[in-house]
Amino acid sequence: MCGIVGLFLKNSALESSLGRHLSAMLSALSDRGPDSAGFAIYRNPAPRGSIKVTLFHPDPDFGWDRLMREMSEEIGTKVRGEARGSHLLLTAAMPVETARHWLAHHRPEVRIMGVGDCIELYKEKGNPKEVVRRFGLEELAGSHALGHTRMATESAVTTQHSHPFSTGLDLCLVHNGSLSNHNRMRRWLSRHGIEFQTDNDTEVAAGYFTHLLGEGATLEEALKSGISDLDGFYTFAIGTKDGFAVVRDPIACKPAVLAETDDWVAMASEYRAIAHLPGADQSRIWEPSPATVYSWQKH
Amino acid sequence: MIEVDVESLGVRALNERLHRLPRDTNERLWKITNPKGAHALAAGLDRPLSIEIEGHVGYYCGGMNKQAEITINGHAGPGLAENIMSGVVRVKGNASQSAAASGRGGLVVIGGDASSRCGISMKGVDIVVGGSVGHMSAFMAQAGHLVVCGNAGAHLGDSIYEAVIYVGGEVESLGSDCIEKPMTDEHRSKLEQLLASAGLRVQAARFRRFGSARRLYNFKVDHAAQY
Repeated sequence: MCGIVGLFLKNSALESSLGRHLSAMLSALSDRGPDSAGFAIYRNPAPRGSIKVTLFHPDPDFGWDRLMREMSEEIGTKVRGEARGSHLLLTAAMPVETARHWLAHHRPEVRIMGVGDCIELYKEKGNPKEVVRRFGLEELAGSHALGHTRMATESAVTTQHSHPFSTGLDLCLVHNGSLSNHNRMRRWLSRHGIEFQTDNDTEVAAGYFTHLLGEGATLEEALKSGISDLDGFYTFAIGTKDGFAVVRDPIACKPAVLAETDDWVAMASEYRAIAHLPGADQSRIWEPSPATVYSWQKH
Repeated sequence: MIEVDVESLGVRALNERLHRLPRDTNERLWKITNPKGAHALAAGLDRPLSIEIEGHVGYYCGGMNKQAEITINGHAGPGLAENIMSGVVRVKGNASQSAAASGRGGLVVIGGDASSRCGISMKGVDIVVGGSVGHMSAFMAQAGHLVVCGNAGAHLGDSIYEAVIYVGGEVESLGSDCIEKPMTDEHRSKLEQLLASAGLRVQAARFRRFGSARRLYNFKVDHAAQY
């Protein structure tokens, strides 16, 4: 069992309360996933030519200032950072590959959690209520966000095994369920140049979507291919730069509820997580059909 | 009528209060407000109570019900009235997967649609769905009736034993050993009775009947050598 939530705001006047709402949604599903929690929030687009990179290191005294200073000097561009719990959000005017390359060579112990123009991705071991407090999610504004509470079944309880998993620039994935063909799929994807940090099944799904999107598939095409290629139980929610998508496997025994008002679209493993959103009582509520891709985008 | 705000009282305290009512209680009419998707609301009742729930409920609402008549003015999560023994559980909106799973008796009425596996392993319960049901409904159904006024999803009645299924709309596909059977006067009259007890004004004439071909669960002596 795990809990997943997503909130996409149609009314930009609500953006200042996105973090508060997502925090309540995650907390409501704490008992579906007490091992760890995480969220991806889309906010504050980087200036043109810049990127946002979310980094993680478990040491609370890790030298983020030194990292930023050295990176800035060696690459020759201004690097800004904002620490949030065990994570650092780094914004820098450089290509993604330059940042990845520098980090891989100078700070291989630092994990890259998410990269893109808007995405910020925070995740950690511990009870979801505690995790969202540590990251100060309640204060964060943004346009849309996804979150996950994990009850581990497939692999270890660590920050790296927590969700969301990054699936490419401004893309991330949260998963409730378990995949049964992930070992074979991981080997296949590794041969096609996809790198994995853990033995987790969801990371394989994230890698699978990254691979297809890299080959030129649209998100919708990639998700449809996943229905035949990924064997197992899943409700996936996928965050994109300007929206989010939801898909369930054909058996659809992992729960999912969608709700929509004029102001927002929400998805959650259970209605409990949606019930406290403004206007939830009057929202249109439905269960997503099996093997069907649902997606929303900003217009 | 006794009104309880479940958000302030809590599910466990509410259910305990309902469970402790004496057999000859006069506190029979209850209204439950602010369910907000809570689980196991009014589960395990065994008194002739009449309970109205105002809002959407989570998992297992009315589970194991005996005698009580529970009405949900909203939608219901997975496992609505699972293992119901007697009484009535009514949801005005939709129900999620596995509604009335393994129910042994009583009546479950779903005004809107039911999701997948509605009536899975039903053992005597009567289920009436005003809308459509999802895939694998009445899977391994053993006894009772499933009435679907709308359409049925794929693999209806897979591995069915002796339950009877009536469908008013289209059937996407039938599961293993489930076949269409003739609609006799006896069946039409039973269907009319079920629709009436559910309070649905739907013409019984357009319904078709499905049940077991009895090839899957009967031992055939011709096959003895294969075991």
